[in-house]
Amino acid sequence: MSTPLIEIKNMDVAYQKQLVLSNISLSVFEHDFIGIIGPNGGGKTSLVKAILGLLKPVGGSVKHSMNSWEIGYLPQGNQVDENFPITVKEVIASGLEHGLKMRLGTTKSRQHKVEKALETVGLKALHSRPIGELSGGEFQRTMLARAIISSPRLLILDEPDTHVDNQFETELYALLKELNKTITILLVSHDIGIISPYIKTIACVNRDLHYHASNEISEEQLKVYNCPIEIIAHGPVPHRVIKEHIHK
Amino acid sequence: MDLLHLFTYGFFQHAVVAALLMSVTCGIIGTYIVSRRMVFISGGITHASFGGVGIGYYLGFPPLAGAATVAVLAALITENLTRRKVMRNDSIIAILWSLGMAIGIIFVYLTPGYAPNLMSYLFGSIITVTSTDLWLMLALALTVTTVFTLLYRPILYVSFDEQFARIRGIPVMFINYLLIILVALTIVLSIRTAGIILVLSVLTIPQNISNLFTNRFSHIMIGSVVFGFFASLLGLVLSYYLDIPSGATIIFTLVVLYLVARLIKVVIFGR
Repeated sequence: MSTPLIEIKNMDVAYQKQLVLSNISLSVFEHDFIGIIGPNGGGKTSLVKAILGLLKPVGGSVKHSMNSWEIGYLPQGNQVDENFPITVKEVIASGLEHGLKMRLGTTKSRQHKVEKALETVGLKALHSRPIGELSGGEFQRTMLARAIISSPRLLILDEPDTHVDNQFETELYALLKELNKTITILLVSHDIGIISPYIKTIACVNRDLHYHASNEISEEQLKVYNCPIEIIAHGPVPHRVIKEHIHK
Repeated sequence: MDLLHLFTYGFFQHAVVAALLMSVTCGIIGTYIVSRRMVFISGGITHASFGGVGIGYYLGFPPLAGAATVAVLAALITENLTRRKVMRNDSIIAILWSLGMAIGIIFVYLTPGYAPNLMSYLFGSIITVTSTDLWLMLALALTVTTVFTLLYRPILYVSFDEQFARIRGIPVMFINYLLIILVALTIVLSIRTAGIILVLSVLTIPQNISNLFTNRFSHIMIGSVVFGFFASLLGLVLSYYLDIPSGATIIFTLVVLYLVARLIKVVIFGR
């Protein structure tokens, strides 16, 4: 097998002195599309941050066979100040910045890439709008454009479908499927039902990690994996499979 | 006396130049402070610097040099302790804020005789700026303008989303420390003109006036320089004719300008 893009071995991650991930191993290969699922507080975001180098593991190792700026990243919505005085175009262009460059003005190729990214996410009309005046969906589109503008080798998305409209959700996953032809994707989600048709494999994260080499998973398996999430089934008739209450 | 005649006085010319330089520096640095929600940190640095003023008086070196040293030190300590999550950020600020004031008061008390100009450090005195002050202010205005012109993008990106900037390989620490030092120096040189008690207003009110009409970082910076200079000039003239303290008059003018701008916004733009 080829060398993995990311190779995590026996990694422990602590957040404010509390162990949130314990003895995790995961290899991410080119063209993977891994859905990272698990309960809230189970360590999904910490895993992402460890891969990005934003959190230092307290044990084990994370090896990259690429540079951090070859990763496109869409953070969880609450990470940035949504009233910061910055426009859609400026946010998207920040995905092209690399290292410390002193520059005045903009270049043709930079402008071209920004236009193309705006077009991809359907925000052409709003390019000069401050982010404070965007809807939840428009904001996520902006963040997605910032993540993909540099044509990254690996794309990591942390709950990209929070606060977005249904239309964007559908467009988003169709776009990701298209991008996955050339880009490796890690997608954090709380909703395995929605992402299931698009992802190739599943990683269940709840302090430990269980890798599941298929895009379908049953509730029994989730239980075995210590991954207590609700499975929300999506079909023509919306229904929801909710775990039985256990009475003691 | 007519207005034009006023501009022929040396002290008034100095004051006008000081107002211009202060507006440029504070307009730019204030936009950074307001956008990153660093107003409280800036208040801490401002008040901590009074410790340096006191030590300066006691040991007989220029109080402003003492203030600069302490302000930069307080800025670096705040930044460092916050980064390492040693303490709650607002608690660190509160401690440095009051510690600086306490040291200042003790040393001013210990200094034999009357401390001249002490009030001017607390409330500012733009009409008594010396040419040395003006040269220092010019140097800082040029430095700040150059840094923000050349590093505009990295500064904007780090301010907006530090983690993303780090992934993109932008030296986040370098930008943060460079900027907090510039914030400290801006505060100290503005103390000469606006005073410890009043300096926060020249770093925040012009920005909030601009922010009423634009939501772009660069436009807020430019607008703040313009509004800041306009209000300072108007405040200076008013303080002269009404024979009231210049620093306080400038702040008062800024607040009135803000209210007028709000009113204009409501009337013209309907919101």
